[in-house]
Amino acid sequence: MSEIRGLRGWLTTTDHKRIGLLYFWTAFAFFLVGGLEALVIRLQLARPEGHVVGAETYNQLFTMHGTTMIFLALMPLGSSFFNYIVPLQIGARDVAFPRLNAFSYWVFLFGGLLLNASWFVGPLFHAGMLNVAPDAGWFGYANLTERQFSPGPNIDFWLLGLQVLGISSLAAGFNFIVTILNLRAPGLKMMRVPTFSWMTLVTNFLIITAFPVITVGLLFLMFDRFFGTHFYVREAGATPILWQHLFWLFGHPEVYILILPAMGIVSEVLPTFARKPLFGYTVVVYSGILIGFMGWGVWSHHMFSVGLGPIADSVFSATSMLIAVPTGVKIFNWIATLWGGDIRGTTALHFAVGFVAMFIIGGLSGVTHASPPADLQQTDSYYVVAHIHYVFFGGTIFGLFAGIYYWWPKMTGRLLDETLGKMHFWLQFVGMNLAFFPMHFIGLLGMPRRVYTYSPDLGVSDLNLVSTIGAFLIALSILIFVVNLWRSRTRGRPAPNDPWGGATLEWSIPSPPPPYNFSVIPTVENRLPRWRTERHGPMKDPPAVPPAPIHMPGGSWWPMVAALGLPLAALALLTHTLWVAFVGAAVLLFGIYRWAFEPFEV
Amino acid sequence: MPRLRFWLLTAALTISGCGGPYPQSTLHPRSDFGRAVDHLFTDIFWWAAGVFVVVEALLVIALIRFRHREGRPEPRATHGHTVLEIAWTLAPAVILVFVAVPTVRTIFATAGEAPADALRVEVTGHQWWWEYTYPDLGITTANEMHAPLGRVIQVSITSADVIHSFWAPALGGKRDAIPGHVNRIAFRADSVGAYSGQCAEFCGASHANMRLRVLVDADTSFQAWVKTEQGGPAAAPAGSAAERGKAVFSRSACIGCHTIQGVSPGVIGPSLTHVGSRTTIAAGLFPNDSAHLAAWIADAPSLKPGALMTRMKPPLTDADIAALVAYLQSLQ
Repeated sequence: MSEIRGLRGWLTTTDHKRIGLLYFWTAFAFFLVGGLEALVIRLQLARPEGHVVGAETYNQLFTMHGTTMIFLALMPLGSSFFNYIVPLQIGARDVAFPRLNAFSYWVFLFGGLLLNASWFVGPLFHAGMLNVAPDAGWFGYANLTERQFSPGPNIDFWLLGLQVLGISSLAAGFNFIVTILNLRAPGLKMMRVPTFSWMTLVTNFLIITAFPVITVGLLFLMFDRFFGTHFYVREAGATPILWQHLFWLFGHPEVYILILPAMGIVSEVLPTFARKPLFGYTVVVYSGILIGFMGWGVWSHHMFSVGLGPIADSVFSATSMLIAVPTGVKIFNWIATLWGGDIRGTTALHFAVGFVAMFIIGGLSGVTHASPPADLQQTDSYYVVAHIHYVFFGGTIFGLFAGIYYWWPKMTGRLLDETLGKMHFWLQFVGMNLAFFPMHFIGLLGMPRRVYTYSPDLGVSDLNLVSTIGAFLIALSILIFVVNLWRSRTRGRPAPNDPWGGATLEWSIPSPPPPYNFSVIPTVENRLPRWRTERHGPMKDPPAVPPAPIHMPGGSWWPMVAALGLPLAALALLTHTLWVAFVGAAVLLFGIYRWAFEPFEV
Repeated sequence: MPRLRFWLLTAALTISGCGGPYPQSTLHPRSDFGRAVDHLFTDIFWWAAGVFVVVEALLVIALIRFRHREGRPEPRATHGHTVLEIAWTLAPAVILVFVAVPTVRTIFATAGEAPADALRVEVTGHQWWWEYTYPDLGITTANEMHAPLGRVIQVSITSADVIHSFWAPALGGKRDAIPGHVNRIAFRADSVGAYSGQCAEFCGASHANMRLRVLVDADTSFQAWVKTEQGGPAAAPAGSAAERGKAVFSRSACIGCHTIQGVSPGVIGPSLTHVGSRTTIAAGLFPNDSAHLAAWIADAPSLKPGALMTRMKPPLTDADIAALVAYLQSLQ
């Protein structure tokens, strides 16, 4: 029942808490990589006609920045909390499929490494070091991505990396859905499930429905590039617009995959520190579900300049505006949660409020380009770059940081320093507004996005310089955060079970929790089990020592071995070597075989 | 008199905002299409600004009024309020109706339909330059579109290779140039001027260098331009540098890609029949002067990453290039 120690323990772990930490550190490392890419981008654009990098490198940088931040940083940071927190919130001992969970993590790690290997392996493809990283944008529009226009291995890295990562997301998606639906503690009815776990459920439904769409799109592209099919080739009677529909049919739900977990975190943090239950819990949950559904009906608002015709434009405009309604409802409920509360200004609360304040800006600029005629001036300009960063940085990243400051004590048993935390918050808050607010004007003044250079005549040079300064302030704030993380390991105050007075189950057990989480599975009688309200008193925490031995599954090497087969298969395509494909398939099958017949006791 | 016309033109250019500080601004529309879009954006902007002020104010007030103070009693555990929920569901919905109605009206008003007498221009995006054809006038040119003041221009946009997006912000919104599709926009420019724009859809290495200009001319100067373009290339005087340049052009790789009427039929690169009359070269990247022309001919890919035009020096010598420059400049 005791955990396996040392490196072997981490490599073979099936404990959702350890996997959550692995997700956290890996995603955070990729977040730093994506951030460094952003800094080089901003250095290049600090002045017009910049010469920090050339066109080719710049195109690789913005492609990898977007791809890294979305698939390797923000999504897996969300997964880190799905892993660590959801089982604790629903009173479970682990996720439904612990070894599948480990498999998801290893596939994610290998997929991320495969994508980023493209920075270093140019010489293997008879090209320079900085020549083979993906370079057609995170959206990879066909037909630019066809072999005819992108002959190198750049796009191959991108499409194979995303295929591998998609497998990780799908496996994790099913795992969390089954976990939340089936492993809830007795009495934890769906409408008593904490909002974060609810949003996790909605997010994972979006993942299992949206990722197959991009998988199909990527398969078409793969067949076009490797086997000479013509799914996106105009000359063969096909149309590259097909890619845009497939990509955005995935891409817009993906936006909600990135934002809903953050909304869930904010819905936990605000009530805890306002000392008030979430205002309109039912409405917040239903609006989250509604956003999930409506997210499927708006994809063509990324395509207003494609010329789909006035009818299609009008319909997608209307649906896109409608989605502002449930989003607005959430924001009003969060403000109403604060209203009448006794607000403790912790760092976690700062970030949660920062999320609300910044997400409003991203939402409102979103409404301006839900209007197709206005969007014809805004799309593909820096105005949209401003919008996406208010949503993903001001929204998702602020929300994730709220989650980190809130749950770090639970995850590590150490409190983060509040003074450093607030320095981090304010620098990041000022930095992001300096970096991204001017981009609204830069775009409206006519600078397109994805350009490695711009003319001094545009009159946007100074605005760009301000934006670059903001980017470096953000970098400084992240540095402070890293210091804070490091300090907490050795000098952080030990965290009690419940440092914040939280209402949900994760606060009823030690920080960090023992491998089995709950010494006795609690019985839940209401939505806020650990709080006293007019209707009920707080529940009794589980005893410190389990009354009877608890059996937990041991570690397993096979999820990692099986996962290793996927990048090997990708390598076969990259190098056009058939026998490697067989090796990859053999490793995958062998891993799955041993995994399937592994004895339960190890 | 020519001097007076020069000053009048300069004044008109200044008033029209051309040469002003923001030549590519979406906020200084100079056509009916541009103004319709700008008007709609302004409307939506004020709604958004209003919502922004109200919601952020509520948030800040809540934070200040209900911040933690010693001795504050434990807050009342309110769980929700149905009337409030309905109210703040309806409020944004009502505001969105005020945004949606003018939106749909503008969508249909700017759908690219043009009257029968509109001047038709066909735009084809290439990696990384623009080709303009005037089917009714028999003119083909590149990168600099000429358009008459006050007449509706019907622009049909497509692409010869990957997806581009044609965007001249002062004249209206962008439309994608998609291989195998034709997109239409229509606008009536209302001020004389040179309006800059550029490709807005990422299209490969030199996406940033795929710029364009639309020159809106008064009717007489537009007619003059049409007349020049419809004529053949200017003849090079015997014994001049231009004549030597023509010989260099005819025996070099130039003819494989470029058209000069009566000299070469290439269609891969832009037509050069009247290149001397353009204000810029290399898709709006550089002024059309001797130094830039020479540098461009010598080594285009170093000035425009990925450019399909190869290095011409060698085989050409500096003397060859100087002669070529003289020839190209003579093609008024």
